[in-house]
Amino acid sequence: MGKDTGTVLRLNAITKRFGTLTANDRVSFSLGAGEVLALLGENGAGKTTLMNILFGQYMADSGTVEVFGQTLPPGNSRAALDAGVGMVHQHFTLADNMTVQENITLGVQPLFRPMLDKSAARSRIEALSERFHLAVSPNARVGDLTVGERQRVEILKALYRDVRILILDEPTAVLTPQEADDLFATLKTAVENELSVIFISHKLHEVMAISDRVVVLRHGKLVGEVQTDQTDRAALASMMMGGDIPATDVVAATPGATLLELHKVTTPDVGNAPGLKSVSLSLRAGQITGLAGVSGNGQAALADLIGGMRGPSEGRIDVNDVVPRRWSPQEAIRNGIARIPEDRHKVGTIADFDLTENAILERYASHPFSKGGWLSWRASREFAQDVIDKYDVRCPGPDTRIRLLSGGNMQKLILGRVLETNPQIILANQPVRGLDIGAVTYVHEQLLAARDRGAAVLLISEDLDEVMALSDVIHVIAGGRLSPAFARGQMSPTELGIWMAGQGFDEDMPHAS
Amino acid sequence: MEIFEILMSVSFWAAAIRIASPLILGTLGELICERAGVLNLGIEGIMVSGAFAGWMAVYSGTGLWTGVGVAMCVGMSFGLLHSVLTVPFGLSQHVVGLGVTLLATSGTYYAYRLALPEVTSPPKIEAFQPFEIPFLSDIPGIGPALFSQTPLTYLAFGLVLVVSLVLYRTPLGLAVRAAGENPAAVAAQGLSVTAIRMGAVTVGSGFMAMGGAFLTMSAFDSFFFEMVNGRGWICIALVVFGSWRPGKALLGAVLFAAFDALQIRMQQTSLGADVPYQIFLMMPYILSILALVVMSRRAEVPAALMVPFNKGER
Repeated sequence: MGKDTGTVLRLNAITKRFGTLTANDRVSFSLGAGEVLALLGENGAGKTTLMNILFGQYMADSGTVEVFGQTLPPGNSRAALDAGVGMVHQHFTLADNMTVQENITLGVQPLFRPMLDKSAARSRIEALSERFHLAVSPNARVGDLTVGERQRVEILKALYRDVRILILDEPTAVLTPQEADDLFATLKTAVENELSVIFISHKLHEVMAISDRVVVLRHGKLVGEVQTDQTDRAALASMMMGGDIPATDVVAATPGATLLELHKVTTPDVGNAPGLKSVSLSLRAGQITGLAGVSGNGQAALADLIGGMRGPSEGRIDVNDVVPRRWSPQEAIRNGIARIPEDRHKVGTIADFDLTENAILERYASHPFSKGGWLSWRASREFAQDVIDKYDVRCPGPDTRIRLLSGGNMQKLILGRVLETNPQIILANQPVRGLDIGAVTYVHEQLLAARDRGAAVLLISEDLDEVMALSDVIHVIAGGRLSPAFARGQMSPTELGIWMAGQGFDEDMPHAS
Repeated sequence: MEIFEILMSVSFWAAAIRIASPLILGTLGELICERAGVLNLGIEGIMVSGAFAGWMAVYSGTGLWTGVGVAMCVGMSFGLLHSVLTVPFGLSQHVVGLGVTLLATSGTYYAYRLALPEVTSPPKIEAFQPFEIPFLSDIPGIGPALFSQTPLTYLAFGLVLVVSLVLYRTPLGLAVRAAGENPAAVAAQGLSVTAIRMGAVTVGSGFMAMGGAFLTMSAFDSFFFEMVNGRGWICIALVVFGSWRPGKALLGAVLFAAFDALQIRMQQTSLGADVPYQIFLMMPYILSILALVVMSRRAEVPAALMVPFNKGER
């Protein structure tokens, strides 16, 4: 890979503020031709904001972007594309109801040209997908594709536009380890074809594996810039976290009785999302059970089942050795199941309700919040204030509408409202998604404390590192099927990846363990 | 059987095609708006304004085609108003749509009173006359039914083809459909979602106004306030019925029109003597509701219909 064939892109002192938060603080760096540059940083370090500025989706408050020596006009994606910059967003920008080809050719031709040239476009897509090992059928409907395939469509979209600089925002977050390897092979081909790549990640091993050079962001500031072959993971980690890497040492668990047990439970598929396929699982007191898997493989079905949103169509669910009569969310709550929902905005809270109302959302009908059929606002407010104080929810007060809170503070309120009931069973579905590092550490500590107090915790996460760091026992879910339980440290990420790709489940395949 | 005789008659099918024409134009207009992601409930009022504007223009001495153009311009101005409020400002599409309908309807009433203060019955104009297409109109059966219509009917059918081609075969159509499916995908290509949606709503509203103008300039030769009579709302249902596809929407419009033509004729049969005529009037609507229930199960709603888009919002 050539490294000194000149600079293709330069960021000069980019600053961007959102209200009081400075997302990017005078960030400058450059990208060489044929280079893979890793942009490393924790969640919330400002990586995505920076790339959105580069790609013209946000306007910087100050600073300039130069591509091939030309300054890009700010806030203009078209100009960035025309200059040869392509971006693969973390959240794909594809239209599900349209075909792969339609998605790729959108906006390529001037709008008022009379005809779409379909056959030429098709052969060009096929040629590109062959050259860059991006197998996908041009006529497939995007809504029917897997996440990995959708990402290929996004990359093809950029390549189709003859980009010279390809930006990938957290591209491996949604991939299995094997799919990630395929992606890296594609990136190698891209570099051989004289593209330059900016690879955004917070995963150190990927950065070490794929990049030529690393730029590290922390709290919006550029804190380090090194050649990859002159550094190691520990050095990068301390740069990224600022020296104080949070302790990941977890004291071993002392598991107790089984509190919740699923016996060969099957649930129906919902749309494209698979239901559970004869899943057996036991959650034991004093133990964190981690559920690893690529998003959309039955996690939602399992969470819905345990949270009471949906009953089993086959099989049995036992809570504290009793089969509940009618399985419903109320029944789940009565049985001491606390839920931290996956989507705190849509499911966990009601945006325009205040903190008090949100704090009693699950228990408004029970003592002390309801007295003789009337809501007791005094008790509710006291409870909300309690949660705010104990769980350090930063807010003006219990009368604040919850939509005004940051994600981390919203999550703290949800955490507080469920943990204050001393729940027996905690269903934590993506509990730290989108939170900053401080909030992540806080949530993890609270889950560990609940475990040590004797609760059974089910941790569902798409972040394999998180699952491996916290869980005493790990299951992998793929296509609605559940792997056997693996003890902490029993499996390497690669071995788990095989299961995540849905391969370990066949009887005739030798088990990795 | 009398119904069978009705269904076999050329005049019945000629009437069905004639009744379908304004519905086709209105449905096409609504379909364009919704494909771009905007529900345009202003359609009822825009059709009223188009009906009045086209007729008034011709009454004031312009040619018929100029009248159609005037109607389109009036419709497009209401469309522009609708799109400014719903697209860049992101206001509720329901509220704005109903507001536009009220504004356009009452604005038309006002304009009518202003233009013709002393009149008790509205004056007539020289409307479009049926034009028999050489050779085609000589085909027995379908010839007189399909090819002895007024020019606006031919235009309506032609526009179905044009809109289909534009939506599915041109870069512009691709962008319009993508704006209704995932505006973020459009913005990521550096195209303006705002411009695409505003353009679609404005053009679509022009089509709606043309549908209204058909009533005063082809179907009748004068203007009455009640003449649009809910056709706009029918068009909204027809878009769903047609699963947001121009060809299917055309079929839906013809089907509805056939029911309508049928019920008028059934009132005059022996059955009509025993059954209250209101039952017949209800018939096309009830049948439409049933058809809608069956058809809309498989309908593919544009995923971003009624979802405002703000650039830079996460």
